[in-house]
Amino acid sequence: MPHRTFFWFILPSALAMLVFIALPIVSIVVQSLYVEHDRVLVEVENCGPFGCSKEVRVDAAATAELQREEPLGRFNGLATYTNRNHLAFDEIGAAWANAPDIAEFAGEILSLPFYRALSFTLAYTAVVTPFVIVLGFLIALAVNMLPSLLKGPVIFVSLLPMIITPLIGSLVLFWMIDSNGVIGATIQALANDPALSLKASAPLTWITLFVYGIWHSTPFAFVVFYAGLQTVPKDTMESAMIDGASTFERVRFVTLPHLSPLLVFVGLIQLMDNFRVFEPIVGFNAEANATSLSWIIFNDLRGAGTPLFGSAAATSTLTLIGVSILLTPVLIRTWRDFTRKG
Amino acid sequence: MTAQTSRKAPILAILSTAFIVLWLLLAAFPFLWTLWGSFKVQGDFFSRQDWMNALSGTRTIAETGSAFTGQGYYGAWVLNDFWRSAINTGIVTFFVVVISLTFGTLGGYALSRSSFRYAFWILIAALIFRAMPHITLVSGYLLPFFQLNIWGYLATSIVVLVAINQPFTLWMLHSFFKSIPKDLDESAMVDGCSRFQAFRMVIIPVMWPGVITTGLFSFLLAYNDFAVTATLLTQENQTMVPKIASFLGTTQVQGNVMYAVSAVVSATVPLFILVLFFQRQIVSGLTAGAVKG
Repeated sequence: MPHRTFFWFILPSALAMLVFIALPIVSIVVQSLYVEHDRVLVEVENCGPFGCSKEVRVDAAATAELQREEPLGRFNGLATYTNRNHLAFDEIGAAWANAPDIAEFAGEILSLPFYRALSFTLAYTAVVTPFVIVLGFLIALAVNMLPSLLKGPVIFVSLLPMIITPLIGSLVLFWMIDSNGVIGATIQALANDPALSLKASAPLTWITLFVYGIWHSTPFAFVVFYAGLQTVPKDTMESAMIDGASTFERVRFVTLPHLSPLLVFVGLIQLMDNFRVFEPIVGFNAEANATSLSWIIFNDLRGAGTPLFGSAAATSTLTLIGVSILLTPVLIRTWRDFTRKG
Repeated sequence: MTAQTSRKAPILAILSTAFIVLWLLLAAFPFLWTLWGSFKVQGDFFSRQDWMNALSGTRTIAETGSAFTGQGYYGAWVLNDFWRSAINTGIVTFFVVVISLTFGTLGGYALSRSSFRYAFWILIAALIFRAMPHITLVSGYLLPFFQLNIWGYLATSIVVLVAINQPFTLWMLHSFFKSIPKDLDESAMVDGCSRFQAFRMVIIPVMWPGVITTGLFSFLLAYNDFAVTATLLTQENQTMVPKIASFLGTTQVQGNVMYAVSAVVSATVPLFILVLFFQRQIVSGLTAGAVKG
């Protein structure tokens, strides 16, 4: 296809991505270097019957004026990145100097908002991704053994947790684990502890969110693996059976190698999706015990009265750096494949 | 082969069936439970005495005289204008799907027919864009949108969602068009068609299976979105998902949680119907991305 034709065909799509994905990335990097204006203060003299006193007041008009002239705020350099709400270099330095042991040091770091969110995001990604792959694979194997009449309905039901809106899915589970809800009450009865609540403690909240994540994403892995299973070569499978391979050995030495490209694919998609975990924290109302990078950005933008653009932008930039670290191995691999092909 | 396996290892067959049953229970029970509970009052769905009340509807009978009540639905749809959010969701998803597919088919077709190096780079860029957490992009939009005075409108959200959806749409349709033989449109061009005429008269008639599958996923993205619609829309223009989130802000009031529960059930129904009718396309769409990606 000649360049000119290609250009006209790709233009709408490329323009949309350029303006609404590439430019915003530039926009957050720029915004992160600025911070909201300080309010303009004026000193006024109040004279009453008991003499005069000086008072400092906020000059609302002047503040609004300044805000209009320079909507970005004032230039702040990298100070937003290093402040307490982000990388917190000073606090870490102080903790390093003062903490008696490593555990205390780690505890202090994890009480800083950015590191708290980062630790949950990484833990969520690291726990949910492998579970989803393994469970999805097992379900695919099991469904593949069912009589074909049952497969359709089983796949239908299996798709539901994935297709559901993440916020709605997490709300549905959240109501069930409420201490007055069906699962919450059952767990209390099983543990024989009427005060037990999944929402109260940090570890239990984390586990709940992990379980939700696995519930939500397993169908995706299942469907991909199930489709892959349909393409496992029959000949290889039969020769393995003739050679006396057990069911387990057939799965281990025939099915798994055949599915390994799909394994990589599911893993990659899951890494990307789990790293942006956000809705479950809103749905489970879990911010007291668990926050994610996406959630603190949202909170900066919508939580406070006025949006903290600079702070949100700095966290966004750091998140994007995280994403690119996550993607680097994939990109290097693609690049190698590409250059090898010439 | 299936029969042979089960004869050889009945334990395995039993185990795997039990596993499937357990999984189906996990997958379906939350939905059935919430559907059932949405017709009860709060005192039953969140019963302080015994969760069995949610099944029998003890408090519901005491309060309304019948085991089922539509109070939650009435509260959500009539008292809290949930119908308005439903219409907004309809508008947003419709336009996002139509525009995404229009842009995506043109772009995906071009990518599948170009052998130049930049086509590869555009696909890689799209892959990187696919990985961007949506909320980071939103934090880039918010200030410019306030300044340009385009914040809060449905049209703005539609354009943003179309853009966020493009990387995925491009990949899907690119791999779909790759599976349509080049000879088809090239022979049309030999017969004197321009590239666009060949696209219109030869490719468009055969592209619908791929477009429908991609459209389903565009629909899901627009319908399920929370990050964009919750931050870029005003209160009146809210779509269903942020509206449900805003119900939760006032959970203290008796009965208000049931509004959210009914709204959740209402918002799930279209998704249910979608899976019911398009199960095969959804499965094939997930796999197409996997096999080619």
